[in-house]
Amino acid sequence: MTMWTAILLAAVVCVASKLIGYLVPTVRLERGRSARVIDLLTVAFLGALVAVQTVGSGMAVTIDARLPALMVAGTLLWLRASFVIVVIGAATVAALLRLLGWSA
Amino acid sequence: MSVATGAYGVSFGALAVTAGLDVWQTCVLSLVMFTGGSQFAFIGVIASGGLAAAPSAIASAALLGVRNVAYAVRMNPVVGLSWRHRLAAAQFTIDESTAVALAHTDLRARRIGFWVTGLGTYLIWNVATLGGALLGDVLGDVRAYGLDAAAAAAFLALLWPRLRSRQAVAAGTAAAVAAASLTPWLVPGMPVLIAALVAILIGSFNWHSARGEEPQ
Repeated sequence: MTMWTAILLAAVVCVASKLIGYLVPTVRLERGRSARVIDLLTVAFLGALVAVQTVGSGMAVTIDARLPALMVAGTLLWLRASFVIVVIGAATVAALLRLLGWSA
Repeated sequence: MSVATGAYGVSFGALAVTAGLDVWQTCVLSLVMFTGGSQFAFIGVIASGGLAAAPSAIASAALLGVRNVAYAVRMNPVVGLSWRHRLAAAQFTIDESTAVALAHTDLRARRIGFWVTGLGTYLIWNVATLGGALLGDVLGDVRAYGLDAAAAAAFLALLWPRLRSRQAVAAGTAAAVAAASLTPWLVPGMPVLIAALVAILIGSFNWHSARGEEPQ
């Protein structure tokens, strides 16, 4: 599979799911169990992505400058900083630590 | 809201290039897929495992796109009566447009809210994506600028406002722990897909729901 195939396939699936709701309005995903699972999907995926993006390197778990950067991001969020500040703050911490030669 | 959309879009563009996509591929994701959660998940999985993780990336994007089915069902009576309206509305049926439409009570206000927000977000999101992608392309050395840490921080910032219920905190934490501990044992991409399993388990059995909330 090339990157283009993957991108187009994923995009078509996402567009199709938007269309399904209009073409088959009898689909009911609004209440109960399925709605709860759909709500939790976003949270669970984001949680998993935070973990993999922070400590993952291929198939290895590595503790490096990303972990302190994420802790700074968490602190900034707790202080109600905006999205831009949080992202730039974390990048700056990681870049500075690497500049100082701390653990890759 | 438009400032926030712009910031997310720039981050998406820069992180997509960081993950290994080229500028065109990044722009096609925003132009065609156009649903932020799925786009971030797609590039997040690709960043963790490259092209080998593509099946997991597609599955992650598809699973996160399922909520748009529910939005489309709710927006069906709002967007306009003709089929042409509905077909056109589909692409703009996302978190933002649905939220703004539902914030109004009057049908006319809902319809205007949906279309203005949907089209406005589409425009800003795509311009911001292009800007971010070009920026990421110029920066080049990802790690020296801490862009890999910025990706983790961006996901955390997207997660943060959703952690309002105990159940959400439980799902987010369980998925993070599961993904990190399974990383050495599964091919890249799969640990993230485990998140779907966590959501299905916690959601189906309604574990960690707030006290007094009746399971439905």
